[in-house]
Amino acid sequence: MIEARGLSKRFHDKKRGEIRAVENVSFCCEPGKIYGLLGANGAGKTTTLRMLATILEPTDGTAFVCGYDIVEQPEKVRASVGFLSTATALYPRLTAQEMVEYFGRLNGLDEPTLKKRIDDIFKRLDMDGFRDRRCDKLSTGMKQKTSIARTLVHDPPVMIFDEPTLGLDIMTARTIIAFIRECRDRGKTVIFSTHVMSEVEKLCDMIGIIQSGELLAEGSLLQLRDKYAERDLEEIFVKIVTPHYAQAEAS
Amino acid sequence: MSLRNVGIVYKKELTEALRDRRTLISTILVPLFLFPVLFVGFGAMVVVFVGKAQQETPKVMILGGEDSPHILEGIKKLEKIEVVPAAPNWKNQVINKEIRAAVEIPSGFDADVAQEKSDLVKIYMYENEIKSSFAADRLEKYLKEYSDNIVKERLAAKNLANTVLKPFEIKQQNVAPPEKAGGAALGGIVGYMVILLCMTGAMYPAMDLTAGEKERGTMETILSSPISRTHLVLGKFFLVLSASLATAALSVISMGGSFWTLQHFHAFDSAQSGDAAAVQLKIGLGSVLSVFIMALPVAVLFSAALFTIALFAKTYKEAQSYLTPMTFVVVIPAIAAMLPGIELTPKLALIPILNVSLLCKDLIAGTYHWNYISLIFASTCVYAAFALFLAIKMFQRESVLFRS
Repeated sequence: MIEARGLSKRFHDKKRGEIRAVENVSFCCEPGKIYGLLGANGAGKTTTLRMLATILEPTDGTAFVCGYDIVEQPEKVRASVGFLSTATALYPRLTAQEMVEYFGRLNGLDEPTLKKRIDDIFKRLDMDGFRDRRCDKLSTGMKQKTSIARTLVHDPPVMIFDEPTLGLDIMTARTIIAFIRECRDRGKTVIFSTHVMSEVEKLCDMIGIIQSGELLAEGSLLQLRDKYAERDLEEIFVKIVTPHYAQAEAS
Repeated sequence: MSLRNVGIVYKKELTEALRDRRTLISTILVPLFLFPVLFVGFGAMVVVFVGKAQQETPKVMILGGEDSPHILEGIKKLEKIEVVPAAPNWKNQVINKEIRAAVEIPSGFDADVAQEKSDLVKIYMYENEIKSSFAADRLEKYLKEYSDNIVKERLAAKNLANTVLKPFEIKQQNVAPPEKAGGAALGGIVGYMVILLCMTGAMYPAMDLTAGEKERGTMETILSSPISRTHLVLGKFFLVLSASLATAALSVISMGGSFWTLQHFHAFDSAQSGDAAAVQLKIGLGSVLSVFIMALPVAVLFSAALFTIALFAKTYKEAQSYLTPMTFVVVIPAIAAMLPGIELTPKLALIPILNVSLLCKDLIAGTYHWNYISLIFASTCVYAAFALFLAIKMFQRESVLFRS
């Protein structure tokens, strides 16, 4: 369960002054469901998800992840979360197994549990063929599988994906999509950000549309179609975002 | 749990460091081979080149003296000197190293000597040019002997003893034990090398674990794990410190080995030439160990400071451009300690790097000023603790970790 309450993040830039990356964002993601955060580049998706994963601290507001406050109990939040993005790379000089073991240990797993968990995950993701190969020698697909194994090793109840398919070829992207779906089927709370409409249509139970750091609309795909009288998600997105986009460009 | 996490990070960073060629070169290869190359190799090179220069028969020119056959013949008969005919461009020939020196005999020199008049004999040479110096030294030595003989003859003619002009002899005699004499000669450079290597050992891991991590995109990965940032910094810091200490330890071992080798060669050479100065290169094991102990807080200071600075960089290259000037910041006070006459004072004992470098000079010489040792150890620990505190604080700052 994720519950964001008035999340805001402001940065200070020497040239541009104060930048409002995220402004008063509130939403709720439930277990066994996928929440899709849809927005253009620079809309505030990554900042929002980084705050939920406690990598960044909110300037105002807070969020609760599995009941833990992201401001007050960041370490407990991180222990409940699996975070995957294109920016979460692997350590090139560790092997796939060492990489996953490292994160398992940091999550407090004891050695017998860790071994069993790794064996299970490596078998499930068909990773046994390259478990002892260094990460800098892995193909993109193998790297993604290792990243997935890294997020799964402590079996977190909440999964956060920040544009997980960005820049991936179609086959690797499909592996990720299948994995996100599997997380939902296992009853995990899933939130993921993207600007790819088809991914949202295929996956999301709830959609939040974000622009200039503000959550402009929220609902299921059906609810959004009804409300904006459009069938195509791209048209709905453009309808919602355009006035704010023009405003942001002008300012 | 917390110590366990620091240990987990340390172990992982160690695994990665041992697989990184750049870290291995700066931590192990450089300290192991730098001292032998510097002391033994360079020392041997100097011996070879100086020996070659000494063996050469230099060409010298005699200017004037046609009316003084006595001194002229004496110079011409000198061994290991080739007298070439005088030429008007003698000065250019010295500068162009065609001849090594020229000696000018004033006109009427022999007659003046006979009449007990004083004359000036000039030797023209190329200053700081070793072969020219050797030639000039040989000429000067002969002329001094010539002058001494004339004095002796004149005294004998007047029935006076030599002691009339030389009432007593003067000789300098070393009373410092061999370790102390060796320390005075080599202490400065030992401190300088250990300090410099402590820094180079810390430099690459410090960059790799901060800017390198940002560049490879693994910073966000590790920040998403439950480990606290303080524990993460400590785990990384201990690895940088280990690299710095390993470099210092290996440099001390290599230094000891180099001295031992040098001492044996030197003792062998001196035994052959009858030179009693062989013992001057002796350095005690205790001195070397105490230098290493003093290097501990310095290594902590460097590790934390370099870690903090490199943390600001977004890429490895950027970190390099920040840390390279740091080498000068370290080298200048370390070199200052080698200035002749500079010694520890309470004020200098508080200046980081310079204080340890100065102390190393004393330690190598086997002199233990406990007041200074404790003051320097304590002050360096305070600086080191501050640098580590700063590193932890900077690692908490989003503007540093996610600088764009």
